[in-house]
Amino acid sequence: MTAERIAAPAPTREQQVLDRIERARRRKAVVREERITLAHGAGGKATQTLVEGLFVEAFRNPRLAPLDDGAILPATGDRLVLTTDSYVVSPLFFPGGDIGDLAVNGTVNDLAVSGARPRYLSAGFILEEGFPVPDLARIVASMAAAARRAGVEVVTGDTKVVQRGKADGCYINTAGVGLLDRPHTYTATAVRPGDAVLVSGPIGEHGVTIMLARGELDIEADVASDTAPLHELVATLLDTAPGVRLMRDATRGGVATILNEVARAAGVAVVVDDAAVPVRPAVNGACEMLGIDPLYVACEGRFVAVVDGDEAEAALAALRGHPLGEGAALIGRIGADPPGLVLLKTAFGGTRIVDTLVGDPLPRIC
Amino acid sequence: MRFVDEYRDAEKAQALATQIAALCEPGRQYKFMEVCGGHTHTIYKHGLEDYLPESVQLVHGPGCPVCVIPMGRVDDAIAIAQRPDVIMTTFGDMMRVPGGNGSFFDAKAAGADIRMVYSPLDALKIARQNPDRRVVFMGIGFETTAPSTAMTVLRAAAEGLGNFSVFCNHVTIIPAIKAILDSPDLRLDGFLGPGHVSTVIGCRPYEFIARDYGKPLVCAGFEPLDILQSVYLLLKQLADGRCEVENQYTRVVPWDGNLRALDAIGRVMRLRPYFEWRGLGFINDSALQMRDEYATFDAERIFAIPGVRVADPKSCQCGEVLKGVLKPWECKVFGTACTPETPIGTCMVSSEGACAAYYNFGRFSRSRVKEATRV
Repeated sequence: MTAERIAAPAPTREQQVLDRIERARRRKAVVREERITLAHGAGGKATQTLVEGLFVEAFRNPRLAPLDDGAILPATGDRLVLTTDSYVVSPLFFPGGDIGDLAVNGTVNDLAVSGARPRYLSAGFILEEGFPVPDLARIVASMAAAARRAGVEVVTGDTKVVQRGKADGCYINTAGVGLLDRPHTYTATAVRPGDAVLVSGPIGEHGVTIMLARGELDIEADVASDTAPLHELVATLLDTAPGVRLMRDATRGGVATILNEVARAAGVAVVVDDAAVPVRPAVNGACEMLGIDPLYVACEGRFVAVVDGDEAEAALAALRGHPLGEGAALIGRIGADPPGLVLLKTAFGGTRIVDTLVGDPLPRIC
Repeated sequence: MRFVDEYRDAEKAQALATQIAALCEPGRQYKFMEVCGGHTHTIYKHGLEDYLPESVQLVHGPGCPVCVIPMGRVDDAIAIAQRPDVIMTTFGDMMRVPGGNGSFFDAKAAGADIRMVYSPLDALKIARQNPDRRVVFMGIGFETTAPSTAMTVLRAAAEGLGNFSVFCNHVTIIPAIKAILDSPDLRLDGFLGPGHVSTVIGCRPYEFIARDYGKPLVCAGFEPLDILQSVYLLLKQLADGRCEVENQYTRVVPWDGNLRALDAIGRVMRLRPYFEWRGLGFINDSALQMRDEYATFDAERIFAIPGVRVADPKSCQCGEVLKGVLKPWECKVFGTACTPETPIGTCMVSSEGACAAYYNFGRFSRSRVKEATRV
C-alpha cells in the first residue's frame, strides 16, 4: 500500500496533507507562545523550537549550528584564558543597555583585561515560567549585537525554566574563551612602587543608572549605563605601553574595591588623588544625595590599569585616543608605605583611608 | 556642584587652618565633640583632621541614629518583621545594625519581607499598594527624621489607611548631650552642635549647655568648611573667655527652629519616660512614642512585641569612649569580644564610630598616612 502510494503519479488528498506537514516541519522554527512555560525547559519540542527559533537564529555561526553537546573550537599555540560570570541584574532593561549586552560585554571584558583576545562565549539562560517571549527575544537580539560588536561567537548554550517565583525573570550565565598571544601575564603581584594608576573613563555610571532605574528613588538624572566591550581599548593600551602591570574591569565594588585588592595582593600603598577621579556631574549629584561614594559604584565599561610610571603619559594618551577611553584619567600612584592600604587625597586637601566595603553601599539617613 | 563646591574650597580651608593654629594656646589640649554622625562622616570623608593641629582632637559623639538603637529594639523589630502578614520598611543603614540575634539583613535572608525606603512616604506608598499586608515603618533618628515620620502618620490618618503603622524609635538629642555632660569625668572643651537636628529644634535648647555647664557650643553645618569654621569659632570663644551658643549654620538653622515640624512631632508623638541607648544605658525622657490618639498607627500596640532586653555587656565602655575619658583601645572588650563583625557598643557599630575606625586603621598613625600621600 505504501509502495503503491509513493509510486502513484498524482498526489492523493492524503498525500497533499502529508506534504503540507512535511513542508511545515522544514520551515524555520518560530516561537509562537507569548510567555515562557515550563515546557520550554523540558527538553522536548518547545525547547527545540526556542533554541532553533530564537537562540540559533540570533547567534548563527558554524560552531553553534550543529547543536551538539559541545562546540569544537580550533586550537592554536596560544595560551587560553577561560572566564565565567552570571548576570542577575534588576531591572533587566535600563538606560544604556540590558541584561543581554551586559552578559556579553562583562565576560568579554574579563577576557580583555586578562590581556586575551575574546573569541568564544557560552550562554546559559535560567528563565522564570511566565517570562514574556518578546522580552527574551529583545535580550537575545542585544546579546547577538554585542557579540558582533565584540567579535566573539556564542558557540554553545543551555536553557532551563524554573517555576514562577523561583527566579526573577531571566538570569544569564556566560563563559568566555580568549586567546592570550602576548607574552605577559597581568597580575597584581607585578605592581610596584612608582607605578601609575589609570582609569579608562568616568566612573559609577552603570551602578547609579541601575539604582535609579529600580524606581525606588524619586530622583531623576540623565545617566546611562556605560556597558561596552573593552577589548579594543585594552589592545590599544597594551600596544602602546608594554609596561602595563595589571588591568581590572571596575564592576561590583567599583574602583575602590579593585584598588584595595591591588594594595593587598602587591603589598603596596595606592595613593589616589580624588580631584583627578573622573565622575560625571549627574553621577556625582545622585551619589551626593544618596550618601554613596562613587568610588564604590559599579562600572560595566571601565577598567583600571596600573602601568609603569614612565609610561603613564603615553598610556593615557593611547586610552584617550580611543572613543571608549576619551574620559580616561591618571588618578593615582603606587607607593611603598603603608603596605596594603588605599589612601585618598581629598579634593578638600585632606587624606583618608579608602577601605573595602563590608557589604553593598547603603544610603545613609543623615 | 553648585552650593556644595563652595564649601569644599581647599584654599579657604588652608586660611582657616592657619587661623585655628594661631588660636591654640601652646601646651593646651582641646577636645571638642561633634555630636552628629553626619559631622563624623564629613570629617572622615574629606580628611578634615589634616587641617587641625595635633592639640585639637575631635571626639565622635552619640549622634549616629542607627548606632544608638539598643539590641533589644532591633530584636523586637525583627519579631514584627517575621510575621507573614507584615512588610517591614526601613532606612538603608539600619539594615546592618545587629540585634541580639542578627540584623535586618539576616532576618530578610531568613524570609522576612524587609524593604529599604528612602522616605517614610515610600512606606505609605507600599501600604497603599498592598492592602492585604500590614506595612510597618521602622522610625529611627533624632528630631531630624521625626517630623517626616509624624507627617506620614498624619497623612495616613487623613487617608484612613488602616494597614500602616510606625515602630517608633525616634530619640531626642538634648537628653543624650545632658547624659554626657553629667558625667563626673567629662573631658570635653566644647561641642559642635548637630546642624540637621537644629533646623528642627533651633539653637535655644542648647543654651543650658553654655549657661549651666560652662561649655561652648557652635551649631555647625555639614560641609568641610562649615566644620573648620565651627572649630575656629569654638577656639575663639575659649580664647576670648566667652561661653555661648553660636550658630555657624545660619543659612539653614533658624534660632527658634522649625515650628511647623515641631508641631507635627508634638501632635503625633510624646516623650517616653525612659529609653535605652546602646552604650549609654537608660536615659530619662530621651525618646518619642506615639500618642494615644494615634494608637492605631503604633506598631508597639498593634503587635505583641516581645520587648526584648539585651543588656550591653557590663564590660562595654562606650560611654567612657564617647566622653573622651578612654581611648578605644583602652576599653576592656575592644578587639576581643567587640569587633566590627561582632560589635557590642555604639562606637563599633558604624564604620565611622570611634572604635571601628580605630580597629581598622589605628595601626596607621595620621602622620604615616600623611607622609604616604606625598608620593
